[in-house]
Amino acid sequence: MTGSDRAYIRTRLAANEPPPTRAGPFHAIVQGLFSGPLNIAFTLFSIVAIAFAALPVVRFLIVDAVWQGMDASACQGAGGACWPFVQAKFGQFIYGTYPEALRWRPDLVFVLGALLLAPLLAPAAPLKRINALLFFGIYPIVAFVLLTGGNLDLRHFLIGRLTAWNIFGSATTAGLSWNFWSDYVATAFLVAVLVEVGAALLGARARKASFTALFVFAAVGAVVLAADLDFGLEPVETRSWGGLMVTLVVAITGIVASLPLGILLALGRRSEMPLVRLASVIFIEFWRGVPLITVLFFATYMLPLFLPSGVSVDGLLRVLIGVALFSAAYMAEVVRGGLQAIPKSQYEAAEALGLGYWQTMSFVVLPQALTIVIPGIVGNFIGLFKDTTLVLIVAIFDLLGQLRAAFADPAWASPVTLYTGFAFAGIIYFVFCYGMSRYALSLERRAAVAGGR
Amino acid sequence: MPATGNANAVAIELTGVHKWFGQFHVLKDIDLKVMRGERIVICGPSGSGKSTLIRCINRLERHQRGRILVDGIELTDDLKRIEEVRREVGMVFQQFNLFPHLTVLENCTLAPIWVRKMPKKIAEETALHYLARVKIPEQAGKYPGQLSGGQQQRVAIARALCMNPKLMLFDEPTSALDPEMIKEVLDAMVALANDGMTMLVVSHEMGFAREVANRVVFMDAGQIIEANEPKEFFDHPRHERTKLFLSQILH
Ligand SMILES: Nc1ncnc2c1ncn2[C@@H]1O[C@H](COP(=O)(O)OP(=O)(O)OP(=O)(O)O)[C@@H](O)[C@H]1O
Ligand SMILES: [Mg+2]
Repeated sequence: MTGSDRAYIRTRLAANEPPPTRAGPFHAIVQGLFSGPLNIAFTLFSIVAIAFAALPVVRFLIVDAVWQGMDASACQGAGGACWPFVQAKFGQFIYGTYPEALRWRPDLVFVLGALLLAPLLAPAAPLKRINALLFFGIYPIVAFVLLTGGNLDLRHFLIGRLTAWNIFGSATTAGLSWNFWSDYVATAFLVAVLVEVGAALLGARARKASFTALFVFAAVGAVVLAADLDFGLEPVETRSWGGLMVTLVVAITGIVASLPLGILLALGRRSEMPLVRLASVIFIEFWRGVPLITVLFFATYMLPLFLPSGVSVDGLLRVLIGVALFSAAYMAEVVRGGLQAIPKSQYEAAEALGLGYWQTMSFVVLPQALTIVIPGIVGNFIGLFKDTTLVLIVAIFDLLGQLRAAFADPAWASPVTLYTGFAFAGIIYFVFCYGMSRYALSLERRAAVAGGR
Repeated sequence: MPATGNANAVAIELTGVHKWFGQFHVLKDIDLKVMRGERIVICGPSGSGKSTLIRCINRLERHQRGRILVDGIELTDDLKRIEEVRREVGMVFQQFNLFPHLTVLENCTLAPIWVRKMPKKIAEETALHYLARVKIPEQAGKYPGQLSGGQQQRVAIARALCMNPKLMLFDEPTSALDPEMIKEVLDAMVALANDGMTMLVVSHEMGFAREVANRVVFMDAGQIIEANEPKEFFDHPRHERTKLFLSQILH
């Protein structure tokens, strides 16, 4: 159409054509790296910087490294990593002082965990529901029994502590204490009756409430029962656990527990019920207000002073609970950020369809909110994974703790032992954290496709 | 669906309904009775309380005085009754409000499966049936973000219909759409009206109102000013306020 034309009518319609392509597979690279003087300067600068940083690392880890030897003498004059040190201490790094003859048990836990986790993470794998049930429901119990040996030493439940309930003495069947389990069942029914009476007084649905109470007791009981059975495994105290095994136990428990807890806390903080909201706010702000080190110290050294005498909670378990609650508080705030990004209209659409609160949350709001905050959630996971090294200060020897212990071995004293050890730990931490980070990225991409964005 | 199952049955009844937003008196003494199978179009200037009124009918908003009965159930603070009402009342919003993380089919089957406890297979068949009725069965596998506005709104209509509601509320279903898409949505609504659905529609589509409405209700400043059958309403408006409003929107 030219300026002088008043009217215009197209006579032939233009056909569809493929977009223009530039020749050569290197076009994009050349275009990306060398398209202008400034770009060229940055490219060159980056190459030099990478060379400066990477070359010494490669030399230390590979070129100048010592690969063979029986003790520190092989590494005395070495200019690179002393890998025989890592090789010699490998068992200690992974299992701590877990008895060598029993190390097949943590091995089995590792393998089972990997076998269950891999298909859970792969979006295309089938049977997600069963897979999730196995991983989150069954696996923790199996891992617990394998790692500790199971067969808890339970004597009294609630009634036994408050009264002189001791009908069966120390009789046990298959590792189950008659005293404890009769006490447990009695307590369950007692609580159910109390709940029913209480609910009836408050005008709530009494029968339903008492059945819920019984159901909770049954579910918890089933878990404890499985952990209490005697499978004939030799018990291993958590005190002798260590190394990567402890790192993973602490990190995975923290990660798996903190997400659901965090979600509940975030929902609680936005609840319309003032008491629920207040309790959530207090909980979150309390745990966010204290440093993890304080939490660990408190759990390890102070808590026993507050517990009634005779009650002792395993040291590692206390730390696990502390870490889980601590990270749940942080997770709650991340999730809350996601919840705030969901417009009111989504809630309204769900409500208008007749969906109840929990249905609205689980099918409409949370899937969207959690997708938005994937980067924040994974950031928390990674932070938690690395923060597990703090358990060292309460005398739990995780990977880093075992490393430090190994440095003290005079048989391996050499100038490069320290660097080698930290390089090894660094690589392991990096592999886990980078793995999480990449996986999160792939999740985000999938979500972006699903959201049509 | 039969044209009017029971022509004398009352679908919605509002008596002396008042509502405030803080100090602001947004609904004043609303009386409205809608029979089953009736189609009502509500119009009025912006801010007159039209949306608030129909949102009170499925309790997205809470009224403070008066009575609202939907299908014989009175709306109170009782959550069970509210959910009962919501199961029977479908709603279509101005901004579609589809669930962006779910496919069209999943949008349509979510509530039937979880609220009506329908088996998944049957829910999907129902959904495809209604998607075909609004003429987009081929979009079932897509996400809302991949559809045009008109298509999204038709999905929203299908989603509401999948719950098999006794009545449908529409809050300006076409006012966020480009002119070309308005017609496809209105066509779907006309088809619904011809099937005898009880409908309460906030809209300024006067052609639609003339074609399908039994009554047109005019609201201003939180009150019902005038209500009449469409021909009378448009050709001989009685209240000065109505005349002024009609002269503004018809020219
Ligand atoms: N949640 C709320 N809080 C306070 N005021 C509100 C709220 N929702 C609506 N209002 C006010 O109530 C009045 C009526 O709003 P409503 O949305 O019902 O009007 P409407 O007739 O639907 O208008 P429109 O044609 O613009 O959609 C308006 O003045 C509005 O500002
Ligand atoms: Mg409105």
